[in-house]
Amino acid sequence: MRPDLKILIVDANPVRAAIIDEGLREAGFTDLVRIGATNGLVAAIELHDPDVVVIDLEDPSRDALADMFLVSRHVRRPITMFVDQSDSASIEAAVEAGVSAYIVDGLKKERMQPILQTCISRFNAFRKLREELDEARSQLEERKTIDRAKGIVMRMKGLPEDEAYALLRRTAMNEKRKLVDIARSIITAAEVLK
Amino acid sequence: MTLHLRVGFMPLVDCALVILAKDEGFAEAEGLNLELVREVSWSNLRDKLNVRLLDAAHMLGPAAVAATLGIGGVKAPMAVPIALNLDGSAITVSLRRFEEMARLGDGDMADPAVSARALAAMVVRRKASGLPPLTFAAVFGFSSHTYLLCEWMAKGGIKLGEDVRFEVVPPPQTVEALTSGRVDGFCAGAPYSATAVAAGIGAMLHCGVDLRRNCPEKVLAWRADDAERRAAAVAKLNAAILRASDWACQPANFGRLALHLSKPDRLALPADILEPVLHWELLQGAGRPPRKVERFIRFDREALRPDPEHANWILAGMEQAGQIIRSPEMTEQAKAVFRPALFAGSGNRI
Repeated sequence: MRPDLKILIVDANPVRAAIIDEGLREAGFTDLVRIGATNGLVAAIELHDPDVVVIDLEDPSRDALADMFLVSRHVRRPITMFVDQSDSASIEAAVEAGVSAYIVDGLKKERMQPILQTCISRFNAFRKLREELDEARSQLEERKTIDRAKGIVMRMKGLPEDEAYALLRRTAMNEKRKLVDIARSIITAAEVLK
Repeated sequence: MTLHLRVGFMPLVDCALVILAKDEGFAEAEGLNLELVREVSWSNLRDKLNVRLLDAAHMLGPAAVAATLGIGGVKAPMAVPIALNLDGSAITVSLRRFEEMARLGDGDMADPAVSARALAAMVVRRKASGLPPLTFAAVFGFSSHTYLLCEWMAKGGIKLGEDVRFEVVPPPQTVEALTSGRVDGFCAGAPYSATAVAAGIGAMLHCGVDLRRNCPEKVLAWRADDAERRAAAVAKLNAAILRASDWACQPANFGRLALHLSKPDRLALPADILEPVLHWELLQGAGRPPRKVERFIRFDREALRPDPEHANWILAGMEQAGQIIRSPEMTEQAKAVFRPALFAGSGNRI
């Protein structure tokens, strides 16, 4: 049996790359190389000579990678995408997760499966994390907008804080709009009328 | 009832008809709600179409053939019910290489045979002085751009991939690749020659039509099974694209089309780079005035008919580039990618 597979992780996002790296280590793969900038991807592959390349689907250099098996005089071993074209479920899961994997020709699919599965689940976990972060960020932004609008209402109508907030809420309900939309309108109006 | 369709595209002038189908309301008039998705690679368009994250995609004709044949490591059978344009590419080199070639040229550099011989002379000189080989890029391995480069270089007895290194550079990165010297020249669709010239780093050597007229370019690709199963959706999108074609052929609309294309979620490039391309006025660089090239890029209805004969040129190109060893079955499969029958159906509707 061959020693450990060498895996090249290509990801411009260092946090996600670290998450994938950790996942693969947990799955027992230790020969890992991480690269971020992909301007010289072909050169990096020549240098590291990996068995598997895992790459972010949103990385434009995938097209260069797709071509590598054709310019095989530049590369020692031809590579192809994914391991088993008949395994459409894996391909679908990978593309949906936003990751693709390239392997050197001849690698058995049993050896590739755990790598692909790990990458898919880590990509999905990262996306969920980012969505949660985005959600938290936008909630914070909304909170700030509402606070600003409340301040304007307090100043212009001479209302205490709780009544200003109640007025905003009532307006939103009457107009069947979101509280934050009403707040934005107030801020815009206040700026125009300044 | 409105039908929702997701269509992917790459930021190039030749995605114009897809953009117009949405942004000028032609799709809506056909009862379609188009969602356009800009992608970063042809590989993504192919893979997302294959797993149905996209319903249809702006695609290089040769890439659709390659995916159908399963060369390039991925088998994803596609069908083309309508093309999106013919022609529209250009070969651009860095200013430095342009000056070198002009010095070595034995005649009018506008003649591709003369420029190819100048390139050959440069290749020989570099070899003799121990300099690294020149590098030329195309935007994808399976592309008319690769094959046009091969055809042009062959006029000087040069083989792409052997005498000159070949690299793949995504269209939006061509200017950066030329600036950094990673590539000496590239062949790409509009407007990337113009952007390189406008940036003051490149000179247009030839446009695609100097080498070949009516060259297959971008197509609208569907999954082969979907093209048959979803005939009504295919016909509606075709009809919207045909309407877009009529609109795009009116010079009075070029300014507006350039504005549509320039938007941040479309090509994200200045309209004043894009509009001259639509008027077939091409920046040349290296102190030369812009050049007017009749029918530099074609969006007219006649250009949109999917032509099975294109398969022959594409396969010949693949063979010349060393991508395939041709077999008779390949020809049949490749021809079947182009579906004039589906095109004829949509044409009759309006």
